[in-house]
Amino acid sequence: MADAIENETQTPAPFRRSREDHWLVRGGLTLATLAIIGLLIVVPVVNVFSQALSKGLGTYWHNLTGDADTRHAILLTLTVAPVAVAMNLVFGVAAAWCIARFQFRGRTLLITLIDLPFSVSPVVAGLVFVLLFGAQGYFGPWLREHGYQVIFATPALVLATAFVTFPFVARELIPVLEAIGPDEELAARSLGASGWQMFWRITLPNIKWGVLYGVILCNARAMGEFGAVYVVSGRITGQTDTVPLRVEKLFQDYNTPASFALASVLTLLALVTLFVKVGIERHARPKVEKKE
Amino acid sequence: MASVNRRVLPGFSLSLGYTVTYLSLLVLIPLGACFLKASSLSLSEFWAAVWTDQARAAYRTTFGCALVAAAINVVLGLIVGWTLVRYDFPLKRMFDALVDLPFALPTAVAGMVYATLYVENGWLGQFLVPMGIQVAHTKLGIVMVLVFTGFPFVVRTVQPVLEALDAETEEAASILGANRFQTFMRVILPTLLPAIVTGFALAFARAVGEYGSVIFISGNVRFETEIAPMLIVSRLEEFSYREATAIAVVLLTASFVLLALINVLEKWSKRHG
Repeated sequence: MADAIENETQTPAPFRRSREDHWLVRGGLTLATLAIIGLLIVVPVVNVFSQALSKGLGTYWHNLTGDADTRHAILLTLTVAPVAVAMNLVFGVAAAWCIARFQFRGRTLLITLIDLPFSVSPVVAGLVFVLLFGAQGYFGPWLREHGYQVIFATPALVLATAFVTFPFVARELIPVLEAIGPDEELAARSLGASGWQMFWRITLPNIKWGVLYGVILCNARAMGEFGAVYVVSGRITGQTDTVPLRVEKLFQDYNTPASFALASVLTLLALVTLFVKVGIERHARPKVEKKE
Repeated sequence: MASVNRRVLPGFSLSLGYTVTYLSLLVLIPLGACFLKASSLSLSEFWAAVWTDQARAAYRTTFGCALVAAAINVVLGLIVGWTLVRYDFPLKRMFDALVDLPFALPTAVAGMVYATLYVENGWLGQFLVPMGIQVAHTKLGIVMVLVFTGFPFVVRTVQPVLEALDAETEEAASILGANRFQTFMRVILPTLLPAIVTGFALAFARAVGEYGSVIFISGNVRFETEIAPMLIVSRLEEFSYREATAIAVVLLTASFVLLALINVLEKWSKRHG
């Protein structure tokens, strides 16, 4: 994705002029870019923190920790997101291994199907689980008979979150594995390593930055998911409200400082995610290029 | 990647088996359930659910706003992508990294902060509202948040193509007497076109399904700012599962068509990019 940073053109100086724009164009476009990113992204981010801190640090802290329902929402998100991410991580590694290392019939179809959840509306993603596990759903009566609660409970939150963030790790890992190539793994096998030895000692260390990258992106989306979770949770305060749902509820109750306090935590998470992402890109890029 | 791999490298059936099983359990079977449920409706029932005045207005708002937002994203994405690749300015790396924020920021937070910014006493609303520009509770507001959520797509599809662009072609154009504008229109833009179209389609697809950010700013005015995903939620809240499912099938079909289109476009841009 963001390859923009490092690449400078290596045209010798006399020829470079033909690619140079008039200073007015350059200045105008640069100003336009600053204005676009500023208005679209920077102002909203600053506004979140300004609203959150508008009543002072003490109130901010109280808004985050003083309310039992908010505390429960934070705890719930910290439970749901890691489980969903872990599920998608195992899947992502498996999917990347078979897609990047082997040719088989239906490979292209499989890649397309992995991307499918990206183009499904989060609301529809939630709805399908209601249709399966809800009271009138296909498995609803059976589940009720056996005393399992899926919809309006943590399992449905995990399923909906996992659905929405499904492609992230796999999508990150497939190109990384393809770029690295199978040479080291083939060498390990021919030297007598078992399959799992090869995986733990060669494959996994080689793709560790890709794994980390996929996990943090997946996690950011998992913790911030709204639409799908909104539909399956039933929004029971203190029970099935995740952090984004709690943010919305506080906002609808006109408790703006509290909702922005909680939103600021999610915003911070997004900023940290971007920060880590840039760091990983700097780490991982030279390595992949060397291998190519 | 030869078929030799399958004899030498282990784990093919295990990884493929796991992948397909997990994909089926989490994605394919649930989506199948949606179509199964919809098929329990008769054709006239289905039609009655998906083609009410309210639903038609919701589709118009959903697809119309998504289309406008994606088109705006093409213009903004071209400007930002071009600037980030070609020019240098202070804090460029930070701005480049910030482009991805809409991917990482929860949509609910985006919707909430946009709603707050553009109300009458908000940071930006205090200037816009006196000028007669109402953003909150209007289609303009929906377009604004959709521009936000789809912003990174065009930038990120255009950037790599601009970087890979041969300096020679531009130099040749210039030596042959084209001015910068001609070079851009006749040499650079045609090369960028597949990337632009892909970015547009991705932003559009994302915008059609968007829910979290829109509900905060739209005010949910029936026939005016109600989008199709909202309609599904309100049907669900009335426990009208069949109507909700029918509308979901319409949305799903639209996203499948879009997905297929994006795939074709990506193949096309690989060949022409």
